[in-house]
Amino acid sequence: MDRARVLQGLRTLYPESRILTRPAELAAYESDALTAFRARPLAVVLPETREEVVATVRWCHRHGIPFVARGSGTSLSGGSLPVPEGIVIALNRLNRILRLDPEERIAVVEPGVVNLDVSRAAAPFGLYYAPDPSSQPVCTIGGNVAFNSGGAHCLKYGMTSNHVLALEVVLADGEVVRFGGESLEGVGPDLVGLFVGSEGLFGIALEVTLRLVPKPEAYRTVLAAYRSLEAAGDAVAQVVASGLLPGAVEIMDRLSIEAAEAAVHAGYPEDAAALLIVELEGEEPEVEAELAELLEVVRASGAYEVRLARDEADRQRIWKGRKGAFSAVGRLSPDYLVQDGVVPRTQLGTALAEIERLSRRYGLRVANVFHAGDGNLHPLILYDGRQPGQLQRAEELAGEILRLCIRLGGSITGEHGVGMEKRQYLAEMFSEPDLEVMRRLRRAMDPGEIANRGKMFPVPQKLEAAAAS
Amino acid sequence: MRTDAVLKPSDVDSLREAVRQQPRVWPKGAGTKTALGPPEGAVVVEVSQLRGVLDYDPAEFTFTALAGTPVRDVEQLLARHGQYLPFDPPLSAAGATLGGTLASGLSGPGRYRYGGVRDFVLGVRFVDGQGELVRAGGKVVKNAAGFDLAKLMTGSLGRLGVLVEVSFKVFPAPRACASLRVDRADFEAAWGLLRALYTSSFDLEAVDLVPPGTVWVRVAGRPESLSTRLQRLRAFLQGGEVVEDDSRIWEEVREFRWVPSGWTLVKVPVTPRRVLDLERELVPTASLRRYSVGGNVAWVAWSEEPAALSGLLARLGLRALRVLGPPGPPFLGRADSDGFSSRVKQALDPAGRFGPYP
Repeated sequence: MDRARVLQGLRTLYPESRILTRPAELAAYESDALTAFRARPLAVVLPETREEVVATVRWCHRHGIPFVARGSGTSLSGGSLPVPEGIVIALNRLNRILRLDPEERIAVVEPGVVNLDVSRAAAPFGLYYAPDPSSQPVCTIGGNVAFNSGGAHCLKYGMTSNHVLALEVVLADGEVVRFGGESLEGVGPDLVGLFVGSEGLFGIALEVTLRLVPKPEAYRTVLAAYRSLEAAGDAVAQVVASGLLPGAVEIMDRLSIEAAEAAVHAGYPEDAAALLIVELEGEEPEVEAELAELLEVVRASGAYEVRLARDEADRQRIWKGRKGAFSAVGRLSPDYLVQDGVVPRTQLGTALAEIERLSRRYGLRVANVFHAGDGNLHPLILYDGRQPGQLQRAEELAGEILRLCIRLGGSITGEHGVGMEKRQYLAEMFSEPDLEVMRRLRRAMDPGEIANRGKMFPVPQKLEAAAAS
Repeated sequence: MRTDAVLKPSDVDSLREAVRQQPRVWPKGAGTKTALGPPEGAVVVEVSQLRGVLDYDPAEFTFTALAGTPVRDVEQLLARHGQYLPFDPPLSAAGATLGGTLASGLSGPGRYRYGGVRDFVLGVRFVDGQGELVRAGGKVVKNAAGFDLAKLMTGSLGRLGVLVEVSFKVFPAPRACASLRVDRADFEAAWGLLRALYTSSFDLEAVDLVPPGTVWVRVAGRPESLSTRLQRLRAFLQGGEVVEDDSRIWEEVREFRWVPSGWTLVKVPVTPRRVLDLERELVPTASLRRYSVGGNVAWVAWSEEPAALSGLLARLGLRALRVLGPPGPPFLGRADSDGFSSRVKQALDPAGRFGPYP
């Protein structure tokens, strides 16, 4: 179908003001937080109701037009990269919290609701929505569901998947289905668990029922400075082995400390080679008892400076630096790639040393700021896209890090998803029969493969080469 | 084909062969969930010989084991390193296997704190309806690569594939536990307590309500803070008897020893608010109830034909899973059919080897 016919069809579904077609309007949608990839869609539509989303998907299915659902475009894996021959369905206007039921501890939301807005709405009731990706002030629940987003506080209570109770979904061929329920428990196969993290390949979530949790009574946030990154990595193993179960265990290396300090003045010790942030949460007397042990473990682990957040403002400052680290590192370099591979926690030291070696070999700076308690690395590979060959070198280095994670028994992604970026590596993590079952599931939901086409699944090498040329 | 045919494959290859050769296959672990019997005409494939822990590094807080491994074996191994399965697997003393626990999607009262079996499974290997060995998920605690078929297998009752291997994350075991027993004059008052606890910031291991009016609350953590925490909880609940040595009490619950022999036991997912409606309907019947997980699960023991219970649950819009008692169709209550699960079934088991989708 040519562009004119597509636009003609969309005009039967939307008023002119909610169809974007001019290059200047489309520019904002050409890429997500993974800026290395760009593609211009035929059009962007701005539905305001779920009926419009369903009608759009049905229209796309009938005419074989690929679509990409998009929230705020914060994907770090190119998950919401448009398809040139398709359209983008931007869901930001479906941003209503349909029901907040504090007594049942649930929130029923539309996909365009911003992550942090759920917690804001729940705050007066002493509740919050636990998954806290660093992009939570802007990223949407629909995107969180599609990519099973994580955050700094997954150690104790898990990722998005552990906080979604029910879904209403329009599958890629236009059928609307509901599954899951309002209870924490269910019977029958865990369909919600399958849909969360399916990277938009089955269809679009229209309504999401989220689990809310009571805010912890108390937090104790400890910041420890180390002379080497490996020492901080080893300290994580010691904290984990101690039997403590912190809410978060994070590490920042020298480069990311400097960047965060310059950007938000978090008050980090600037001469540190690595910082460890450990946060305990829970009932006051319990957290107080745990803190004594944590401080003992951290001091014995070779930290040369140990600080305890004095108050909530101090705690927020510590987290502001950590959560702003990605954008802060962005100031150090025109471009960067972020990986989020996972290694077994006992292999953290090995992985960090190897990344350091690779960084030197490739002549590219790598900043590390990551969810250490989960073994979830976040190497930021700094490069300058204007220098010929640098992006390619950065991608090669990223690939080596992913293979390192697979070799150490981990995963190519902990929370960003495979998306566009890591699709070739999925075939190194899974065998052909594994992938074939996933493809059968995909085709069962989307026979025309129009939903987020080109993401997650490895493409045959020949096609990949043709696309690159 | 005889319905009582039983195959006991000794390795994965013979399991795959068995799946390929039989038109109807029904996987079985230890058979502790007595109500979940084979569909008509199915050959029973016992995975009990596929047992043993394959990989466990205590420093990693994860393990991988064959699906036929008894949960009890794993619990004992973990306990030696101060670790445990926080979803509190039911029927482990009765011999339940890891695979059976995952496939039936059952968790115990202790799942209140950190989540159920679906929240702790990291990866699986299973044989699909075409006899292929498929791996999904991984062995690390965080993983977003590929579709999460490990979660999908949770509660799948062997109708989507035969589990061969499972990986779980585990947590450090609490060093001290104690429970509070609070009695109220009637159910409604006890239900009010349950709901107040549900939105409170107390970190509780388990919150169960036993009609007519008893609430059981379990607290766990560090020994030095436990008595302070119990006092605070008693102040909040305005009373309550502290039971210090409580492990037997919760084991009785987890093993369903309160269910009279021969009765049907069903699991009914519910929400705290709706517990009262359900109890009101069930009071006049010949049943025993226990509302667990802060009012998110009703365990209902039923002495008569399950058909009447099924009708009652359907009227309330609830759906339930049979667990103990005479075998029969697995689900009771509200009929559920959605276009999503039928497509999943078609993708994983196109020939319907693992029985019709319930």
